Amino acid sequence: MTCVVEARGLRYRYPGHHEALCGVDLRIEHGERVALLGPNGAGKTTLMMHLNGLVIGEGELEVTGLRVAKDTLRDLRMRVGVVFQDPDDQLFMPTVREDVAFGPLNMGLDRAEVAERIERALAKVRMTHVVDRAPYQLSMGERRRVAIATVLAMDPPLLVLDEPSANLDPRARRELLEVLETIDRTMLVTTHDLPLAAELCERTVILAAGRIVADGPCDEVLADTELLMAHDLELPAGFALRAIERRSRPRAAPAGAPA
Amino acid sequence: MSGLCNHSLELTGLAGDPDSRAHRLDPRAKIVGLLAVTIVAVSTPLDLWPAYVACVATLVAYATVARVRPRDLWLRVRIVLPVVLVLGALVPLVRSGGSEYDLGPLTAHQAGLEIFLAVSAKALIGTFSAALLATTTTFPSVLRGLEGLRTPRLLVLIAAFMYRYLFVIVEEVGRMRAALVSRGYNPRNALQAGPMGRMVTAMFLRTYSRGERIYQAMLARGYSGTMPQLVPLSFRRADAAFVAGVLLVVLPPRLLGVTGS
Repeated sequence: MTCVVEARGLRYRYPGHHEALCGVDLRIEHGERVALLGPNGAGKTTLMMHLNGLVIGEGELEVTGLRVAKDTLRDLRMRVGVVFQDPDDQLFMPTVREDVAFGPLNMGLDRAEVAERIERALAKVRMTHVVDRAPYQLSMGERRRVAIATVLAMDPPLLVLDEPSANLDPRARRELLEVLETIDRTMLVTTHDLPLAAELCERTVILAAGRIVADGPCDEVLADTELLMAHDLELPAGFALRAIERRSRPRAAPAGAPA
Repeated sequence: MSGLCNHSLELTGLAGDPDSRAHRLDPRAKIVGLLAVTIVAVSTPLDLWPAYVACVATLVAYATVARVRPRDLWLRVRIVLPVVLVLGALVPLVRSGGSEYDLGPLTAHQAGLEIFLAVSAKALIGTFSAALLATTTTFPSVLRGLEGLRTPRLLVLIAAFMYRYLFVIVEEVGRMRAALVSRGYNPRNALQAGPMGRMVTAMFLRTYSRGERIYQAMLARGYSGTMPQLVPLSFRRADAAFVAGVLLVVLPPRLLGVTGS
């Protein structure tokens, strides 16, 4: 078993709505960083929610070696770290410390181990100094980084980020990118921020109307202007794809290795 | 709107010396102790006034140990207290009985006046003990204390979420109101309240869907029905001494009255 995500013919229809996913085949290997692009309503979030069983559709889906079904949900959620788009949804505890502790405590770890994980996860996102603050006292960029720490503390082999750079100013976005670049995990990033996808990920998947319409190296997919235009995607004017250098590309450690 | 937020932030924060012995007490001890003061005050009739004195003395001693400045306390009690006192002040005018005092067009009655005094004393003591709890204990600790005292978990959870999302919702309301106002909405009578109603509806729907998203975020991190505790509370000797001390001061004057009557 070498791949982290293996979906075959994944379908899902929201009750009373159109089909959100119509047969998705996707394979993500260990250590890959994959950008999931697509216009609004393409099914990106639905696909993302399948990965930890928040939504269970038809077809086959294996994530980190587990078949996604009701009886595997508990284990599955320990292995897939989902960072939601709005950090205010993710950070629901009164203090940052308790929020970062929430996942590890649910995993049943002892308190010493939990304390260590809080420290390590916050250090990873450079947010150790806010450990006793309340989430509402943080800026959007800080909240986003703490939200990432809340899942890093669970040490999941797969990290799923939903629009990580939404609503960030350029500086907060750059800091976030720097943090993400140092995280040694298999990553699936849904985003509209094509430069972020280009800088962070080696591979790009485009989802449109519930189907995968492109899947390939980031540099190639993002250079295909016609393909992008056809799916309401656009690089910023004057953006030079070739000038992008991915600063660090750590290879992923085996699943379960410390963050 | 930021004004309101800052104001609220100030009120949820601690005051006094954060390292004082009062601040360091276990939240359960503080809740029990200060609640005891409030219950004694609320249940005491006016003629047992020494019990009120004992309560006030306890609160003053507590505030002194915590080094809470009177101004910080006033900032917190001024929200509730004036309303209670103004309402209480109307009682002597409507409740008849006992001697009467002529106040021009109005007449105050002895019985009403006694009720007013009792209500004011109870309100003052109750409000000040709540304010003292708030100045010496962070809200998350109060919640942990309540949970430790076997308050139903669901209620504690609701209070925790309310605390966490109050600011988010206040900000959202502020943005919506700014959007209304900047398009010239300036209601002058009840008939123009329509947009306000729709704003409330939108707010409800947004909060509802936010609730769903939060629940999903909780599930995603392994939530299975119970909130995990990070730091277990520890009830030490100092905490027991505090509770015992408070009870020893406020209970005897109250109970003496019971046996004497």
